[in-house]
Amino acid sequence: MTLPQLQELREIEDKARKELAAVSDEEALESWRITHLGRRSRLNLLLRGLASLPLDERRQVGETANRLRSQLEEDLSQRQAQLSEAAVTAAVESGRLDVTLPGRPLAMGRLHPVTQVLRDILAAFVSMGFQVVEGPEVEWDYYNFEAVRIPKDHPARDMWDTLWIDYARNEEYPMLLRTHTSPMQIRVMEQMQPPVRIVSPGKCYRHEATDPTHEWMHTQVEGLAVDENISMADLKGTLYEFARRLFGRERRVRFRCDYFPFVEPGADMSIDCPLCEGQGCRACGNSGWIEILGAGMVHPEVLTNVGYDAERYTGFAFGLGVERVAMLRHGIEDIRLFYANDLRFLEQF
Amino acid sequence: MKVPLKWLREYVDISLSTSELARRLTMAGTEVDAILTTGRDWEKISVAEVVDVSPHPTADRLRLTTVDLGGEQMTVVCGAPNVAAGQKVAFARVGAELIDGHSGEPAILKAAKIRGVESAGMVCSEKELGLSDSHESILVLPEDAPVGTPLGEYLGDTIFDLDITPNRPDCMSVLGIAREVAALSGGSVREPPGDYEEQGRPIKGRLSVEIVDRDLCPRYCAALIEGVQIGPSPPWMQECLLAAGVRPISNVVDITNYVMLEVGQPLHAFDFSLISDRKIVVRRARPGEVLMTLDGTERPLNNDALVIADAKEAVAVAGLMGGAASEVTEKTTAILLEAANFNPANIRRTSTTLKLRTDASARFEKGLSPELAMVGIRRAVRLMVELAGGRAAEGIIDVYPGKKRITRITVTQERLRRILGLQLPTLQVRQTLTSLGFGCRWVPPDRYVVRVPYWRTDVSIPDDVAEELARIIGYDELPITTLRGAIPPAQPQPSRELRERVKDILAAAGMQEVIAYSLTNLESLTKVLPPEELRERPPLRVANPMSQQQEYLRTTLRASLLGTLSSNLRHRQGRIALFEVARAYLPRPDELPQEMESLAGVVTGDRPDRWGQPTGEPVALYDAKAYLEFLFDRLGLTVTYHDGEEFTLVPGRTAEVRLDDQRVGLVGQVHPRVAAAFDIEQDVYLFEVNLEAVVPQVGKPRLYQPLSRFPAVEEDIAIVVDEGVTAAQVQAIIEAFPLVQRAVLFDVYTEAPVPKGKKSLAYSVAYQSLEHTLSEAEVNRERRRILDRLKGQVGAVLRS
Repeated sequence: MTLPQLQELREIEDKARKELAAVSDEEALESWRITHLGRRSRLNLLLRGLASLPLDERRQVGETANRLRSQLEEDLSQRQAQLSEAAVTAAVESGRLDVTLPGRPLAMGRLHPVTQVLRDILAAFVSMGFQVVEGPEVEWDYYNFEAVRIPKDHPARDMWDTLWIDYARNEEYPMLLRTHTSPMQIRVMEQMQPPVRIVSPGKCYRHEATDPTHEWMHTQVEGLAVDENISMADLKGTLYEFARRLFGRERRVRFRCDYFPFVEPGADMSIDCPLCEGQGCRACGNSGWIEILGAGMVHPEVLTNVGYDAERYTGFAFGLGVERVAMLRHGIEDIRLFYANDLRFLEQF
Repeated sequence: MKVPLKWLREYVDISLSTSELARRLTMAGTEVDAILTTGRDWEKISVAEVVDVSPHPTADRLRLTTVDLGGEQMTVVCGAPNVAAGQKVAFARVGAELIDGHSGEPAILKAAKIRGVESAGMVCSEKELGLSDSHESILVLPEDAPVGTPLGEYLGDTIFDLDITPNRPDCMSVLGIAREVAALSGGSVREPPGDYEEQGRPIKGRLSVEIVDRDLCPRYCAALIEGVQIGPSPPWMQECLLAAGVRPISNVVDITNYVMLEVGQPLHAFDFSLISDRKIVVRRARPGEVLMTLDGTERPLNNDALVIADAKEAVAVAGLMGGAASEVTEKTTAILLEAANFNPANIRRTSTTLKLRTDASARFEKGLSPELAMVGIRRAVRLMVELAGGRAAEGIIDVYPGKKRITRITVTQERLRRILGLQLPTLQVRQTLTSLGFGCRWVPPDRYVVRVPYWRTDVSIPDDVAEELARIIGYDELPITTLRGAIPPAQPQPSRELRERVKDILAAAGMQEVIAYSLTNLESLTKVLPPEELRERPPLRVANPMSQQQEYLRTTLRASLLGTLSSNLRHRQGRIALFEVARAYLPRPDELPQEMESLAGVVTGDRPDRWGQPTGEPVALYDAKAYLEFLFDRLGLTVTYHDGEEFTLVPGRTAEVRLDDQRVGLVGQVHPRVAAAFDIEQDVYLFEVNLEAVVPQVGKPRLYQPLSRFPAVEEDIAIVVDEGVTAAQVQAIIEAFPLVQRAVLFDVYTEAPVPKGKKSLAYSVAYQSLEHTLSEAEVNRERRRILDRLKGQVGAVLRS
């Protein structure tokens, strides 16, 4: 014989379950909760009415009612989870974007290509223990020429066409725009005792007509290492390492004899042309090689000029053109682009 | 220097291929700039004989020239003035590839009708054959040129165009290159003969030579050749000269040129009959002395110039060029031949002063050996006897005040090892040096005594010997090692480090770095600097500028930056933000200028929208200022902004940037008149920072502010002040209160109901304590105090 309350509980359960299945949003769910689990719900009223039942009936109905209550609460939270999951899915579904649209533009700034390449060059040498030092661009004739063995009336002066400064005592102490960074060899050695291991970047100037491969203002990096027991083998090793870092391990490197008054023996270094892979093209003058720097062992007279003991100390020096390296690296064919500062050029780097 | 390989083979056997020979020369220091092949493009061109020249029926300047091609005859139109019957010429048939005489480009010869006459070929000039730039007259070949022979077979050669470094005047000769080739390929050199029969009377007593300025002339040799017959030089000599790029003139002149190219010694031939008193004096020019040189130019000489004079006057500028008055002519029968040696620096100075560079001066200025003079003169006299029918006088006058001892260098094995980084076997050292003409004696236990051959004036110290060894053995053979030894302690480079940081920061903020020329023109500087500043501190000027555009060292980056902006505005819309970090050159009396690291930036154009397109809303002062705020924030520096004034900028829209009360920069709107001077029509904002002034302040670490564990109370305060009161003043007052953790300005309002002449400033103020949670009473008290002080100090009233 079934108690009428139990019959009612079954009805409550059936109705609640049926309605819950139909609930489709948070709002409906809340009204379902109020209807079926709220203070005024049939279930709650029934539970409140239990007190009037005899003990064993009260226990039997109470147990069933409480079980139903917790079952419905469980169903509620499950349904809630389902609904919010569905809502997220719906939101995501409706929020599809065209991912190929461009990003919202940031103001994009860039460093000048010469700055970028110069930094890479310096970093290569810094990692080999070289320090970066800088010096004046407006120089005395003494540092630019005399102290590096290019006296007045020396034919080697033809290698450096000079822009002279117009000032009162130009006859006695000629002032000029430095034609190379080599005066820094003297300035550095005047300031310090060996061991010396420096690189010195900076602008240099030549009295020169411009064309695709010549520019009157250019950036050079000078290098100098002086110590006991430095040989040409060290010069080769240092510059090989530099060339590989900058141009890649697969590049071949060539040293040949060349003349600069402040080194003996003198050398220049070429890499096999990266544009034609050494086969010979316009860029390398069909030789397959591109000269990238001049170098050599510091001439003993230069060491003596700064008061070093040329018997005890030897060293090497080199000088390289930054624009030249940048041109090779980026395939630039006209050196004049660097200082024309056309944004259409600069923004490519 | 052009070296024809046919000629080179006279002195050395070449066992290597052309390309390998070129490679070895290049590696050893004599760079082969180009390998020229004459004859390769000379198909359909052959040697022909002119058999008849007759007038063109309708053109005065043209002639009908009939040539014999060895059995076949052709008649063509020729415009050259020097064509004559009997000449051997180079004749091109239709289809031959020639260099166009006018354009200089290669072109295929076509049949043409010239003023009504059919012409199916051409008598060629040197230029048309690619031999030289000479185009006025046709190339006349030596008489014995074989008619009908393809020209390539007859004249073709491989020519090395060499780049000789200034230390190697000995390599400015075919013999010098032969010595290099011998050393590099293991051959031996055949010296050209210099012996001859002396059939004439002794020179002694018939010519006197006096060197007055012995410091400028270490040696003077003179020889006399009588009974010469001036005429063309033999074909083989003309071929050599042509291939080396020198035009044949006459036997005597050709011999002097030939010997100079052959052994490297410049020579000069005088007509002996035109030398007054049979006397040669080597002396400095007299005041006001003028000489007409061979090229027909009157040359005033300063008294540093050395001349060769006779008893009366100068007859040559020493080492540069002879005088026209004593020139060898067709009538000449007696030759006074000079081979001398001159001071290199003096030759160079005179050459520079006279703006005259000759093949002779190019050699003398690099320091030839005086020993070479005798070698050269003997060789030339021999050739004159042989080829010009002369009688050589007995003896050669040789005045030699500058004779030097043979150079001997002691070179230790240790020094060679230290320079080259490897220990060379004694045998290899001796063989290598000997192959170059050096003497080398091994002195046990550890050294060599090296005797330098006279022609190597560039070798004087042990390291020079090391280079000789290295370049012949090959630099590629030297080992490769990495630097060992102590790395010197690092010196701080604050200025450089700051500069590079500034570049990174501004690029990160969206500005583009530019690098402009250091030289500018006065006009540009005048646009951006006040006249009094230019007057008081004029920029340094280049004495020999390349153009007026690049004459002055810039004292400010402003002008070039505005110029760069202007040129980019021609093809660019939208926002442009540029900066440059570079040196400004500030003159100092009798000193090198101060090279001041400076920063300048410009910004202009419209702000971009979501698509990066211009919005029509132009950037303002505060966009430019934002870059500076970002920069100084990243540098960890606190700067303040104050009303400022600057020549280039709009008053009232210019701020001075101060760091510790020192002016370090400015920011403002470029005055429209200044902008217009750079052809810029839109608003431009500019900032500048003197980085040198900033350097000492950079690098101090920022002190951390502890975070409070207690909540902050935030509220908005809006006040009304006179328009003249600055935001910075108000900000400073509010932030001075201990409980104010921060105050952020979020609105400036000047419209009604704010009264005219006033403005409303709204701040979001956060109160916070490190010790406890603030009570409402505490916040109220602090706010009251703030408002009281604002009222007292800047007359602020709370906006209701």
